[in-house]
Amino acid sequence: MQVEAYVGEEMVLNMGPQHPSTHGVLRLELETDGEIVKKVVPHIGYLHRCFEKHAENVDYPGVVPYTDRMDYVASMNNSFGYALAVERLMRIEVNERVKTLRVIMAELNRIASHLLAVATYGMDIGTFTPFLHCFIEREKVLDLFEWTCGARLLYNYNWVGGVSHDIPEGFVDKARQFLREFEPVLKELNELLSYNKIFIKRTAAVGILSVDVALSYNVTGPNLRGSGVKWDLRKDEPYSGYEKYDFEVAVGDGRFGPIGSCWDRYYVRVWEMAESIKILHQALDRLPEGDVQEKVPKKVKPQKGETYGRSEAPRGELGYYIVSDGTGNPYRIKVKSPCFTVLSALPAMAKGALIADIIAILGSIDIVLGEIDR
Amino acid sequence: MQQAPEILQVLQGKFGNKILSSDMTALDPTITVAADSIAEISLFLKNNDELAFDTLMCLSGVDYKGSKGETDRIEVVYHLFSMRHRHQIVLKVQLPREEPAIPSVEKIWDIANWHEREAYDMFGVEFQGHSDLRRILCPDDWVGYPLRKDYVQPETYRGMPVAPGKQFVEMAQEGLPVGTDPFREE
Repeated sequence: MQVEAYVGEEMVLNMGPQHPSTHGVLRLELETDGEIVKKVVPHIGYLHRCFEKHAENVDYPGVVPYTDRMDYVASMNNSFGYALAVERLMRIEVNERVKTLRVIMAELNRIASHLLAVATYGMDIGTFTPFLHCFIEREKVLDLFEWTCGARLLYNYNWVGGVSHDIPEGFVDKARQFLREFEPVLKELNELLSYNKIFIKRTAAVGILSVDVALSYNVTGPNLRGSGVKWDLRKDEPYSGYEKYDFEVAVGDGRFGPIGSCWDRYYVRVWEMAESIKILHQALDRLPEGDVQEKVPKKVKPQKGETYGRSEAPRGELGYYIVSDGTGNPYRIKVKSPCFTVLSALPAMAKGALIADIIAILGSIDIVLGEIDR
Repeated sequence: MQQAPEILQVLQGKFGNKILSSDMTALDPTITVAADSIAEISLFLKNNDELAFDTLMCLSGVDYKGSKGETDRIEVVYHLFSMRHRHQIVLKVQLPREEPAIPSVEKIWDIANWHEREAYDMFGVEFQGHSDLRRILCPDDWVGYPLRKDYVQPETYRGMPVAPGKQFVEMAQEGLPVGTDPFREE
């Protein structure tokens, strides 16, 4: 037998659909050559629940609970983006209290969402302790939400023209107390995981995403910032009063390897939690008085027209393209999900990686399949 | 940064009668272009240094059927954004509802690959030159295009009821037990 060139054993490997590190129901078809992945083909749609079709058959306020169920770990941010888009279509300007409350809830939810991302990422790589730390803190955020609107995961909170509940008495103090407790934990968490030698080795030179590729795939949010692009809608196209808050945009700097690596994307999330704490302190300080349902219309009936509204969700830019035909039901809603776009970039990022690194890359882009499949 | 009217002017100067109409007063200024020239216009928008539309934010299909004041058609809508110059524009293309077909922009923005697959899946728009045009959210053997306005949901898929809930509601209304409940008192 003559061996012309070494070729490992080629095989097709199915990862998923039921696999804990695919973060939901996702199937990756890997074409491998030994341990090297030659090609990745993601298969999605397992969680398709016809959001866009449902949305055409309910009225505008009725869509809000459906938006909650897309990215179910950051529901506040989903309905926030939807409310902003419909308000833009209806030319409603909500009052300062509503704006500030929405910012508070969105940032709290961003912390909860990033905690989950960091926790599960640690687990993907093989460390369990940070997971427990993160979940204790996340629980406190969920308690605050439950206290405000009765739900722990799917809130139906951001309505068109207002929010469903004003915050209960004592909320501001409780939220401040959470921030006081959370700050040292975040510091500890950072020291525990971010600079862990094994963690760095596993993530710092893996899954490099260059800026050109990221833009072409419309990768947004922490994943884009991990590649060093200072772009954050809260800063660059401020909405809901974000221009009044003093905070930094977290970007990756390639500290432990090439810029745009898994470590950079991971670290942007840790950093963003610290920035969210800053925003929250300022928002809690300035919370003005007002009626939170002052501008909620009796019947939501936007004039004929269309808009594309985007906002900065924890996973990137969440876009709503809404077409109104002047009736009470939306004529068409299309959701541009940030996870959808970043998952489509996975084949470009994972080509030539080791099988074990696919887990590291997939964890670092932090996807929620509910939002991809809608 | 360029305002929408300036972008329109550049396009009209370059492509002339391929630019069918425009709406500069809408919430998001929109330009409607001829279907067969969408790929070359997109390429120009991306490569022109003044415009540099490096990202395709969103690509959506919209089905207009029996809508008041609208002709029946399928629209494909492109939301473009330039990260370099921070300006944006909306391109629209109008297609017939019967066998809509349009050149793919996959080679220009990589993300169009999946967005176009979704538009194909939901509206049946054929993107010519697409490298991998198959369904993305629905199963490969699904029949019909669900987001079309005249879509009729099938009763069964591979022998399974598509909306099993309906059946249970009817059973409950008739007082029939749904499933076998071990704690049910007779």
